[in-house]
Amino acid sequence: MIQILHKLWRNHGGLHLDYHKEDSNAAPTKHLPMAEELIIPLQQHSGYKPTLTVNAGDYVYKGQELASHTGFMKVPVHASTSGTITAIEERPIAHPSGLSDVCIILKPDGKDDWGNARMPTYPDPSQVDGEVLRQRICAAGIVGMGGAVFPAAIKLNVHDNIPIEALVINGAECEPYITCDDRLMREKPVEILRGVQIMMHIIATQRCLIGIEDNKPEAIAAMQAAREELGDQRIAIIPIPTLYPSGSEKQLIKILTGKEVPSGGRPATIGIVCHNPATARAIYRAVVLGEPLIDRYLTITGKGVAQPCNVEVPLGTPIQHLIAHSGGYTQKKPLPSPPLIREGSQEGSYSSPDKGRLGGVSLIMGGPMMGVSLHTDQIPVVKATNCILVSDIPESEQQPALPCIRCGRCAEACPVTLLPQQLYWHSRARDFDKAEQYHLFDCIECGCCSYVCPSHIRLVDYYRFAKAEIRTQREAKTKANIARERHDFHQERLERAKREKAEKLAKHKEQAQTTTDDGKKAAIQAALERAKAKKAEAAQTTTGETTE
Amino acid sequence: MIFSKRTSPYVSGKQDVSSIMRQVLYALIPGTAVLIWYFGWGILSNLVLAIVFAELLEWGMLKLRQRPIRPFLSDYSAVVTAWLLAVAMPAFSPWWLIVIAMIFAIVIAKHLYGGLGYNPFNPAMIGYAAVLVSYPVQMTIWPAPVDFSFAQISLGQTLQHVFAGSTQGWDALSAATPLDAVKVSLSLNKLLSEIYATGQFGLLAGQATWGWVNLAWLLGGLWLLWQRIIGWQIPVALLGTLAVMASVFWLIDPQAYASPLFHLFSGAAMLGAFFIATDPVSASTTPTGKLFYAGGIGLFTYIIRTWGGYPDAIAFSVIIMNMAVPLLDYYTQPRVYGTKQGQRG
Repeated sequence: MIQILHKLWRNHGGLHLDYHKEDSNAAPTKHLPMAEELIIPLQQHSGYKPTLTVNAGDYVYKGQELASHTGFMKVPVHASTSGTITAIEERPIAHPSGLSDVCIILKPDGKDDWGNARMPTYPDPSQVDGEVLRQRICAAGIVGMGGAVFPAAIKLNVHDNIPIEALVINGAECEPYITCDDRLMREKPVEILRGVQIMMHIIATQRCLIGIEDNKPEAIAAMQAAREELGDQRIAIIPIPTLYPSGSEKQLIKILTGKEVPSGGRPATIGIVCHNPATARAIYRAVVLGEPLIDRYLTITGKGVAQPCNVEVPLGTPIQHLIAHSGGYTQKKPLPSPPLIREGSQEGSYSSPDKGRLGGVSLIMGGPMMGVSLHTDQIPVVKATNCILVSDIPESEQQPALPCIRCGRCAEACPVTLLPQQLYWHSRARDFDKAEQYHLFDCIECGCCSYVCPSHIRLVDYYRFAKAEIRTQREAKTKANIARERHDFHQERLERAKREKAEKLAKHKEQAQTTTDDGKKAAIQAALERAKAKKAEAAQTTTGETTE
Repeated sequence: MIFSKRTSPYVSGKQDVSSIMRQVLYALIPGTAVLIWYFGWGILSNLVLAIVFAELLEWGMLKLRQRPIRPFLSDYSAVVTAWLLAVAMPAFSPWWLIVIAMIFAIVIAKHLYGGLGYNPFNPAMIGYAAVLVSYPVQMTIWPAPVDFSFAQISLGQTLQHVFAGSTQGWDALSAATPLDAVKVSLSLNKLLSEIYATGQFGLLAGQATWGWVNLAWLLGGLWLLWQRIIGWQIPVALLGTLAVMASVFWLIDPQAYASPLFHLFSGAAMLGAFFIATDPVSASTTPTGKLFYAGGIGLFTYIIRTWGGYPDAIAFSVIIMNMAVPLLDYYTQPRVYGTKQGQRG
């Protein structure tokens, strides 16, 4: 076959890393026995919580909706298997601060029974209206499965005024260790491409660019073979150079199209829609097979697990169950935390990122560059879980943070061409306006700057801190504005009420004045009349007596 | 199982401050070796004294400032400062001169501004400039270079000179450096052809010694470039500007202005371009900023060498351009992805 050479563009910066992909990508994806209980958090997407539609004690079929999505930015969740809901309670979730959230606890009955929970199927999606398909994608609970968990149906809701030039499928998988998309592209390429065709139909585009990093030759070959099988000339499988973070949406769009997503904008504004291969496959299954999103591919890897591998598991499976079925932990005891060395920061200033690099066993959801560190393995697999990485950092690698020596390696590595160093100084000094001027919110938190920093400064933590502070301040500001408006309105209302009361009073007084005057006069008059009459009567009687 | 809570990224690169500084030291070895060949114990005593004093002062300042001692003492930054000063000062410098230079470099220029990473001026150059303007006599007497100098002046004589100021048994006490010689002779209205004819000039239109020394600095500098410890911008812009300036004036009047080769391979041109101006802390950090910063150093170097009062132009130029760095950094920000050039967030 003839592969048409596709022109690629270069991004600024980026890193060549140790990928460790071969740890987990050699063996076919495994299916594990069902866990004792599934923990299904209500909120598995970016947006608002869906509304619960089941109660504790209910029996549910596989694929049955547990919480509905009526309303804005809501995505439903479904039962990953058939069984009984034992409880609906707060359980720890995958959150950087180790928070808990409402979860539905499902005890599987082992039958894996769909009942009648399957949605109606559309064997030929190209004959169905795009809006109907979009509604189906929403009802199936599909979100971006690369980890960003943005509702897929909303991403596919494009406006007519900007025609979509191309659908970009992000098969780059640029983070080290993670190989689930690699395995998925090798094992289910046809399903992915069928999903791609459905998406192209919805957004009415005639071009699809599938970018895959060239360290995945098998995945590239499998996808190309599938494309030949489907014979769809609109789809191009494009190998791209392996360079972290080419799998970041904005960076990949630049590499494949040469266009840059405007700062603060979405790809749709430049006529691009970008999705992950796993999302494409989920869309295919939702539309053609009528199955909601209830399982996913993920990688279990790292030096801390005995047998790294890829698995396809029902959503809600506790991480502990996954680890137990991949040989367990290699390190049985956590290493002690090292003493903290503070870089010369003033007392009371923000100092937690000055810790430098710590050792110990870490449980990470996601990759080594951008993943979230978890505090317990009781946390379930959710729609966002693409990788469970158990890292084992020897103590020799723990290094304290030294002051910044302004070497500029961070700026060389930054894929967004930011000046990380300036962002660091300003974030550290809490000079947030300056940090924003240096485009703080364009930072994608890829971790390149922290990785190359010779002083081991946890740069990304400073940016997270600054972003959070700015958001908090903004919220406080809007709240204060609303409060002030309400207060002003309230004052105004009180004054108006006062005014009205005063006016009323004045009126009353006036009325009272007039009425009371008349009444008094009348009363006096009446009294006088009565007195007169009495007098007259008395006079009469006396005269009468005298006359008798 | 308890997991240690950390934040991404969980992996890190191989470089750290101390490894960067160590590589700079490795790159300084060829040039230093050439100097040792010509000046023997004179350079070695400079080096030993400078490094010992620097580390002592560093330790004292860290103690006074209540900073953790170990990570900072082992970052090698003070050693680099000391090394640069030791090869910039005349061989056989008396101990007190080195102490004063190190106090200015480590205590005043570095720690009083906040220590590693916070100094706006290049510490080595501040130390050098301070002793140059305070003790011009001692700072301008270089002994005459001799092949394998160890044979000429023994360790004992060196120590006597360095610690007691005695010059017993010395044959050649001093010789002006080529830069100095050319400068002084030109000011006496001699022609360059006459000056060169005096015979102390050889390869690369300068004194053979200094030509070789500069070549060795260049070699070490190229290795630093290849190791990606420094970027190309600073050396290229500095040497480029210096060469362009020198070429223009040399073409105008070859008898009154020294050739570009002479400028590039005498004095501290190569040392400055690869080791001094590239000090990350006091240099500009943006790619464009670096070009302007180093270009400015090259320009001032030529101006000071040609019309200034001192031949030691690199030190003053670096200090002058250090002052311009905040401004340069602000006005040379690169275009951020998804924005227009110069757009503020």
